[in-house]
Amino acid sequence: MLLVLAVGMTFVIITAGIDLSVGSVLVFAGVVAATVMEALGGGDATDAGPGVVIAGLVAALVGGGVWGLLNGLLVAMARIPPLIVTLGSFGAALGAAQLVTDGVDVRTVPKALRDGLGFGQTFQVPHMVALAAVVTLAGAWLLHTTRFGRRTFAVGSSAEAARRAGIPVRGHLVRVYTGVGLLAGLAGFMSLAYFGTTTISGHSTDNLNAIAAVVLGGTSLFGGVGTVFGTVIGVFIPAVLTKGFVIVGVQQFWQPVAISAVLVAAVWFDQVRRRSRDRG
Amino acid sequence: MTGSGDGTTPLLQARDLRKSYGSVQALRGASFDLAAGEVVALIGDNGAGKSTLVKCLSGVEAPDSGEIVIDGSPVVLDSPSAARAHGIETAYQDLAVAPDLDPAANLFLGRELRRPGLLGALGMLDKQRMRREAAEQFSRLGVTLQDIDVPIGSLSGGQRQSVAVARSVVWASRVVFLDEPTAALGVVQRERVLDVVRKVRDTGVAVVLISHNMPEVLAVADRIEVLRLGARVARFTASDVTLEQLVGAMTGALTQEEGR
Repeated sequence: MLLVLAVGMTFVIITAGIDLSVGSVLVFAGVVAATVMEALGGGDATDAGPGVVIAGLVAALVGGGVWGLLNGLLVAMARIPPLIVTLGSFGAALGAAQLVTDGVDVRTVPKALRDGLGFGQTFQVPHMVALAAVVTLAGAWLLHTTRFGRRTFAVGSSAEAARRAGIPVRGHLVRVYTGVGLLAGLAGFMSLAYFGTTTISGHSTDNLNAIAAVVLGGTSLFGGVGTVFGTVIGVFIPAVLTKGFVIVGVQQFWQPVAISAVLVAAVWFDQVRRRSRDRG
Repeated sequence: MTGSGDGTTPLLQARDLRKSYGSVQALRGASFDLAAGEVVALIGDNGAGKSTLVKCLSGVEAPDSGEIVIDGSPVVLDSPSAARAHGIETAYQDLAVAPDLDPAANLFLGRELRRPGLLGALGMLDKQRMRREAAEQFSRLGVTLQDIDVPIGSLSGGQRQSVAVARSVVWASRVVFLDEPTAALGVVQRERVLDVVRKVRDTGVAVVLISHNMPEVLAVADRIEVLRLGARVARFTASDVTLEQLVGAMTGALTQEEGR
């Protein structure tokens, strides 16, 4: 789930933007999907069939995409700084999710979804991992080999130069933010499959985790530089550190301290690199 | 107001353009004429409105009022793409290139080549072909780059400028605006850019050169238009003008037309 969020976040950060709302959008999409499935299942979705599950997936993607589209429009058209726009939707999406459910988690998730995606395995490979891998590969392909990816770098590198080169910068930003929203929607659906409940209060730091992973993976917060592969590494660094601390026998509470230190150092290195490069 | 010197329809004409940034009037009724296949130098003191005029004519900024005429019919250039559709290309002085992309990617910025077939339809780029064609164009135009695969931000200011000039020249079919193309260049590169200007002119594309360097202007331009305080104050033919006349027109000692 975090990987899916982080892949989307990579695109946003390469455009020199940021999306703080992903965790809330994830929750909102999960809530919408669960509510739709519950309604279609007649109040209890536990025994619902594949049709209902697909309806839930569509609902999750729409729920996520709408927030992404809103973020994109506000950033690109109204020219509000992405930090503020997505801070707004961070709060609003979570509030909206609680409005839909009156603040109570939806707990009936189709068994077909839980067993199929949440815990399903094929040849020992969990379906959740496979799905995240597919999303990651698709993201890497999109970013590194297509015109869309090339223009994402160009917009983040110099939005004005991109505009003068005839790239529709605003439209591109709207598409990037919408894409992140869609991925957050997908992650919300995956979360539903895995946890079997909407976990409304469980995602308040997802945004920071995703941003940390992207930045640890070498993507520049100032835009124009980054890789999906780096983000994959960035996602696994915290987990690896935790394991390492356990093995070495260091208290694992040191892990967030170490991650934060590495994060700050990573941004500092990026700054130094930038200053030494941008001569003249 | 006079027509263009030779009596034919000018390729590109600006009539009475006005543009304000807040309380600053950058253009106060500026006019400009350009015929096919000529090199026109646009000169003026700092703040005379040269860059603003070029931005209006290349679609980066929209003028507040006034008219832009191409081939005798009025056009609206509300975006850089609109200007490009008319065959107008510009090498900007600043913010011309994406510093994190390599020179080939910058040359094809906004015009990326895609692979043939299905993969291309999906948006996949043909990086090898772009790289190859970029290398050809750079060597044809005399742009020397030690390494074509590094981000353009790590190149020198002169090399960056050369890439920006190359991009405008490669794609232009009718008009090229060069906003101080030689400002950051060494002597050799400067000569190369002027050579390129002449080559481009010989293919029938009109070149508008903005420069502070008077000897350079006199060396390469066919005509010279002078802006002062946001309006055109004089036009000269390069072959029969003196440096004193140019400086006089720029500073206000001499006013030919549109006096205010």
